[in-house]
Amino acid sequence: MDLNMGKYAFFVWGSYGVTALALLSLTVLSVRAHRERARKLRALQETLAAEKAQKVDA
Amino acid sequence: MIISWLANPERFSKVFAPVRPWVAGLSLVLFVWGLYLCFVSPEDYQQGDTVRIMYIHVPAAWMALFTYLVMGVASFFGLIFRHALADAAAKAAAPIGAVFTALALITGSLWGKPMWGTWWEWDGRMTSVLVLFLFYIGYIALHASIEDEQRAARSTAILALIGLINLPIIKFSVDWWNTLHQGASVFRPGGPTVAPAMLWPLLMMALAYKALFVWLWLIRIDTEILSRKYNGLRARLGFREGGA
Repeated sequence: MDLNMGKYAFFVWGSYGVTALALLSLTVLSVRAHRERARKLRALQETLAAEKAQKVDA
Repeated sequence: MIISWLANPERFSKVFAPVRPWVAGLSLVLFVWGLYLCFVSPEDYQQGDTVRIMYIHVPAAWMALFTYLVMGVASFFGLIFRHALADAAAKAAAPIGAVFTALALITGSLWGKPMWGTWWEWDGRMTSVLVLFLFYIGYIALHASIEDEQRAARSTAILALIGLINLPIIKFSVDWWNTLHQGASVFRPGGPTVAPAMLWPLLMMALAYKALFVWLWLIRIDTEILSRKYNGLRARLGFREGGA
């Protein structure tokens, strides 16, 4: 495997670099948004369940 | 039958949650294998090492079109059956498609400069792909600008369906007009004209991109389902507090 791209290094590595950066950013943002939304929903469901339990006790 | 069974958002989340890690793993394996093939494949006798840009440029361009097709089909079902999951599927695909299209344009430009001597040319293929990118951005902006979910779903679905007209224009632009961009060399009558040593890394990277799309799409659909559930619960809570 030869990683020396000679006079085309800027164009080849630039393409691979931009691709890696864009796809990694998209992946991180998608996973982070999913986790954040799941966490918020769980917190809201727990609040509602606690309120319901309080009413039953009362 | 199976589509209508999966159209239930709760069921969709439950069925695909265990599938997602497997698709992520498959994508990772395909990327590692594909990237290895990209750099052990021979350089082109005319293009030299710039041929390696093809292995990431062409799959990005294929995925730009495929993702829009997915978005268009989901929008069609959303518009006809008014189903929330169809809108979630279309909305989830849009940012992924926009990134693939941007990558096709940027890597194409980085390939074009050393080979054609120019970063950009207003020819049929490049201009129609730029129009595709603008459709993605328009779709995302329109969805974000309308607060009412149902109105947003309807308006964006119409926009997505109008944009479908652009797909055959992109595909056949190299045949219809005299362009700087080369014609089809893989999906063409008579078979691929790319040498097998270069076709394998290209197909492996195309599969890696496809698996990545499926994984990200499933995650983003699930995020939409969770968001709608969260907003629904909050609305119910607000209504109860307001009505009390």
